[in-house]
Amino acid sequence: MTSLVDVQQMSKSFQSHQVLSEISLSIEKGEFVSILGESGCGKSTLLNVIGGFEAPTSGAVHLDEKPVERPSRRAIMLFQHYGLLPWRTVQKNVEFALEAEVPSKEERRARAEQYLELVGLASSASQFPSQLSGGMQQRVAIARALAIQPELILMDEPFAALDTFNRYHLQDELLRIQQQEETTIALVTHDIDEAVYLSDRIIIMDRNPGTIQKTINITLPRPRDRSHGDFQYFRKLIFDTFHFGRTEIDSDYHI
Amino acid sequence: MTLDGTLFEHMVVSLYRFFTGYGLAVVVAIVLGLILGRSPRLWGVADPIVQVLRPVAPVAWTPFIVLWFGIGSMPAIVIIFIAAFFPVLLSTVSAVKKVDATYLKLAENLEVRQPALMYKVILPAAFPGIANGLHLAVGTAWIFLVAGEMVGAQSGLGYLIIDARNALDLDLVLAGIVFIGVLGLAIDKLIGLFETWVGKQWGFNR
Repeated sequence: MTSLVDVQQMSKSFQSHQVLSEISLSIEKGEFVSILGESGCGKSTLLNVIGGFEAPTSGAVHLDEKPVERPSRRAIMLFQHYGLLPWRTVQKNVEFALEAEVPSKEERRARAEQYLELVGLASSASQFPSQLSGGMQQRVAIARALAIQPELILMDEPFAALDTFNRYHLQDELLRIQQQEETTIALVTHDIDEAVYLSDRIIIMDRNPGTIQKTINITLPRPRDRSHGDFQYFRKLIFDTFHFGRTEIDSDYHI
Repeated sequence: MTLDGTLFEHMVVSLYRFFTGYGLAVVVAIVLGLILGRSPRLWGVADPIVQVLRPVAPVAWTPFIVLWFGIGSMPAIVIIFIAAFFPVLLSTVSAVKKVDATYLKLAENLEVRQPALMYKVILPAAFPGIANGLHLAVGTAWIFLVAGEMVGAQSGLGYLIIDARNALDLDLVLAGIVFIGVLGLAIDKLIGLFETWVGKQWGFNR
């Protein structure tokens, strides 16, 4: 069986500080995987290594059976602060991703329009990013990533800068798009609800050094209900992993 | 006084020299600044040289300038070039160094290569910083207009002042000073308009 992403015994150190230790994981085509952990557990570094932005100190990373050596258009990263070019309009931001690949101007425009339509921003095409809300900006970034039709989309806390309502909205949107386009997504987050709501599988990381503590398959049917009992079951499961489920806590405390 | 057209002629000559020197300096300094700003090693070599040359008043070069470029318009153009060059170069280098790492990461991810990386990402991202340098350089370069035209020129506003001084025609000197000041203001506004225009094209709004 061949996975889209295959990480084998991968470790990463910065100078003498070991950030990731012996990480092995695989991601299948069309899968939605979340990497969940406290800050400082190396989850963003793991994503950077998968994307080719950082080289592993030891071990191997393969994307579609080819070793990952540098960033490429096959795995597109989405940033927390969207990474839009402020001097380009929304339309031109999406076209920017296509300029290296699609020589025809008309085709670029058509494809950019198609994906802006998909994220519901066709009417904002001629605006500049600074005129849009954070949620809309992240949608532009999603449209830009999708327009390349990459094999894998890497998301580094993409919704962390948004308010709760916008976040819920965008999570729904992302699921709809992911199912429609059959994209493979690896998401880094520290938001437990987000991970349970979106993922097929959650990889929970430990820190110092970063290792995979546990993998949880979320078997809930879609669309998921954030308030449903089964949803709470998985939340509890994860809370316990992080030792937040304090059942035997000392109830006597002194002020 | 000399409002019979000679003042106007001197002004045209001076403006021509100013914009030639300034324009050349801007183009050379921005291109060099983009390259040096991207390469810490090259900048490590260039920085000390720049820091030695920069504090030298452009007029100090006069003997060599006359030797190499002759007299006429060239000394003024070269002096204005030198005066405008360093502010633009330094601000370009520092603006390029400060380009948001996210843009570079994005470009790397999208496999944007040189020269597209330079003119599609780095130049627009660094533009607000470069514009500061452009503005600064206008002022400095305009100051050296008079100095430049004292060297072997037979025309221009600087020459007008020197000529009037030699004739002890102090009201003409003063008229020249006021005129240069007012023109300087106008040019400054013009550069401001240019900046806003570019800013609008690139969505920076103010």
